[in-house]
Amino acid sequence: MTKDECKKLVLDIIADIAPDEDLSNVKPDVRLRDQLQLDSMDFLDIVMELRKRHGIEVPEKDYLQLASLDSCAEYLTPKFNALPAKG
Amino acid sequence: MKPAPLPRIVITGVGLTSPNGRTLPEFRQNLLNGVAGIERIEIRYMGQQLAGVCHYDPLKYQKKKEVRVGTRAGSISIYCAREALADSGVAFEAMPKDRIGIYIGCTEHGNVETENEIYNISKFNYDTKYWSHYHNPRTVANNPAGEASLNLGTTGPAYTIGAACAAGNLGLIHATQMLRLGEVDFALCGGVSESIHTFGIFAGFKSQNALATHDDPAKASRPFDLARNGIVISEGGCLYTLERLDDALARGAKIYGEIGGYHVNSDATDYVLPNPQRQSECVRAALRRGGFEPRDIHIVNTHATATPLGDIQECEAIRAVFGEGCPDTHINNTKSYIGHAMGAAGALELAGNLPSFDDLTVHPTINVDQLDPQCALPGLVLNQPRKVAKVDTILNNSFGMLGINSTLIVKRFVP
Repeated sequence: MTKDECKKLVLDIIADIAPDEDLSNVKPDVRLRDQLQLDSMDFLDIVMELRKRHGIEVPEKDYLQLASLDSCAEYLTPKFNALPAKG
Repeated sequence: MKPAPLPRIVITGVGLTSPNGRTLPEFRQNLLNGVAGIERIEIRYMGQQLAGVCHYDPLKYQKKKEVRVGTRAGSISIYCAREALADSGVAFEAMPKDRIGIYIGCTEHGNVETENEIYNISKFNYDTKYWSHYHNPRTVANNPAGEASLNLGTTGPAYTIGAACAAGNLGLIHATQMLRLGEVDFALCGGVSESIHTFGIFAGFKSQNALATHDDPAKASRPFDLARNGIVISEGGCLYTLERLDDALARGAKIYGEIGGYHVNSDATDYVLPNPQRQSECVRAALRRGGFEPRDIHIVNTHATATPLGDIQECEAIRAVFGEGCPDTHINNTKSYIGHAMGAAGALELAGNLPSFDDLTVHPTINVDQLDPQCALPGLVLNQPRKVAKVDTILNNSFGMLGINSTLIVKRFVP
């Protein structure tokens, strides 16, 4: 998985948990909270959906890694790539 | 020294969603035209079941995220509250938000959300780390009222009143008390239900042999019919704006009616079986509080849910009060159209009758093909609307499990 593919998966999750938001111009280097209406419960949703959809665990100490799309990609891409192959 | 008379309380707005109407005019029109609102829906683990479903647009007053995070009962509360406020014509934005109370009756709350989470974790081998962090705010008992206060930005008291299927009436009664005490200056009150989204309610009534069946959904809810065989479960909501009369007059509000009397009591006899004696005591106490004789009541809206025994017992209670000397008392039932909307039932059923003050027409009880002789009350309005000479009073009965009884009387407003 590339970092861009990882960002796309994160945006897919955000589209579901923040359905009123326009995600067409999310700046990858800006904190998500600074450009979208997201609160702490929404970030818990992102964590939950990563767990449910992709089997990825984000421990509480690492929540700050989900601040922006860029930091999400930095943190999550290796986790995605470490997942056992499906099938 | 005589105590000062209690402030008069009036209804100045109505917001509702029922299985056969999203506004009071639409609801009323369907009640006069005999249009029921029952359909078949898929219930988890149980297959197709009869239910009353509301078809309002949640996005009229909520963002998509609010709908996703919140509950169905919360959404119904928000819709009804916003509709009631709009109908009242009050200058809401300018009102002191800490003087507005929200009092919402509920039969139950939290079953839907808990069942959903258990179903959700069943897909993950019952691992509770998949349990939603929204579970607690969704299932707290005050959720429907709390979601309404969040949406409206009101900061006065906002809570629910758990009173089984008497809860809709209790919302109005409690609001009346709070307005009279001066606790708030304006109230949004009534009842809501999301019960069709929990299989447990269906399964519970089925295990009690109290769940209606019929080939034709529109005929399924049939109180007083000899072949009635149980309850049709529905969702719905109805909230009113209540004000002290002086405040309503000062702003030139339209007045639907005035709270004329009420009473709440308990059977103290059984978990589920009604007690006709306590029911009639409740009705008599409400009449007494309002200074009415039974013959003064022009419409009695029954609670009857179409269970074989429950209908007979309510008829016994009504016969004891209105059986003789009440030639101008007309009796009807609204569940025959919309099923049993649980916590919303009392509030919705009152709303369906309020227009009678203006059109002098009593909506009938429909679906009575063969009247049960034990339910043959004098004054029962069957299958066709009845034009009457006078409607100055409406008495609304709502009863619930664990033996809670409520009677609310609304009278024509006379300055």
